[in-house]
Amino acid sequence: MKVIDQEIAALKNTINEMWALVHQQIYNAGEAMLTGDKELAYKVISRERRVNAFELKIDSDCEDIIALYAPVAIDLRFVLAMYKINTNLERLGDFAESIARFSINLPEGEPIDPELIKITRVEEMLHELLGMLSLVQEAFEKESSEIASRIFLKDNLIDEINHDSARIIAHYIETHPGSALAGLYMSGVIRKMERFGDHCTNIAEELIFYLDAKVMKHLGKTEDNK
Amino acid sequence: MIKIDAQNVDFYYGSFHALKNISMQIEANTSVAFIGPSGCGKSTFLRLFNRMNDLIPDTRLEGKIFIDGHNIYDKGVKVDTLRKDVGMVFQKPNPFPKTIFENVAYGLRVNGVKDKDYIEETVIKSLKQVVLWDEVKDKLKDSAFALSGGQQQRLCIARALAISPSILLMDEPTSALDPISTSKIEDLVHELKKDYTIVIVTHNMQQAARVSDKTGYFYLGELIEYGETRKIFTNPEKESTQNYITGRFG
Repeated sequence: MKVIDQEIAALKNTINEMWALVHQQIYNAGEAMLTGDKELAYKVISRERRVNAFELKIDSDCEDIIALYAPVAIDLRFVLAMYKINTNLERLGDFAESIARFSINLPEGEPIDPELIKITRVEEMLHELLGMLSLVQEAFEKESSEIASRIFLKDNLIDEINHDSARIIAHYIETHPGSALAGLYMSGVIRKMERFGDHCTNIAEELIFYLDAKVMKHLGKTEDNK
Repeated sequence: MIKIDAQNVDFYYGSFHALKNISMQIEANTSVAFIGPSGCGKSTFLRLFNRMNDLIPDTRLEGKIFIDGHNIYDKGVKVDTLRKDVGMVFQKPNPFPKTIFENVAYGLRVNGVKDKDYIEETVIKSLKQVVLWDEVKDKLKDSAFALSGGQQQRLCIARALAISPSILLMDEPTSALDPISTSKIEDLVHELKKDYTIVIVTHNMQQAARVSDKTGYFYLGELIEYGETRKIFTNPEKESTQNYITGRFG
């Protein structure tokens, strides 16, 4: 195996490890929010440092490959894509941490009102987002731009739930004034989840750039379907 | 404007089919790099542009090569005249055993130029063009062999430029040079293409990427891919090209 192949394989392994960690962080943060498990929320917050450490290592590995091996063509696109996917994964790690902090800041002994969870469809949204993250990871492992491109349709559901949430939460606060704080927090979480969907879309775009040399950015959303 | 237009070129060394049906157009005032593994035919193709292969016995050319619209293999074309217009720089610097000044003046003298002022003016201009003037202006009467390898190569380029060619062929011009000298030659290519059409054969992939506007990838006597250098080095059309430029060849 050529040296650059070894470096690329090692970078791919590190990205996969980070990906698995970030997936677990988001899953745990969601569980902590839905079940009120503060211990699990604290675990997510403490593990965020590992996500940050991965980000620094991958940045450094990409820099080394460019400086030492002068990659071209598919190798160059791979390194550039990993550099950007790294940033998106790190943001997803931040997102998990902020959900965990939301769970911790809820008043003691008062888990989120199940009605609020139900009407905002936040659990469905979380499930969909974890599915999106798994799908792009599958696309990465199988090096399939066809799988990656399936993400673009899924993001529409996330946008729809986000779009409806403001009206639903406003109505909830009107009818449950004692839970106004939880309603506002939930609004913040849903907005973050919408960004989560965008990060998954960004990752899919980077994979397609790496695999097919096609630039997908800024093609998807028009003023009409925003 | 098309400067060099090769049409369906085949070339044989005896029975060995070295170039296979190659067509390529090179625009004026651009630099084009030829890349490919040893024996792929890139240097053979380069040497056809100033008929250097004519010197090799038992060779045969089919197809046509036009420079400025004229087939350079037509009967009646004088090779000396052609080579005045198509200069060449080789892998190893090959200065003549003469002074620095006389090396550059040589081409003018053998072409019958006798005007001393013109010769001096041209020598200075050529040495300035290759960014060698400041380094040699106080030792023009020293032997060219006293110069470093990188300086000798720039001197050879100045020698080629002195007779005012419009095309400069460079056959691995930096493969015997250190990185600093290599960098100077590469900078020079960028400058010179404003006035000349440059074709460069190189084994250094990054050099091809740095100095050329277009790149041609040759393999086993065929031109596999020819296109914008930016495209070749980011998203080549052919898998064979990608395997070669990423070092996964073979």
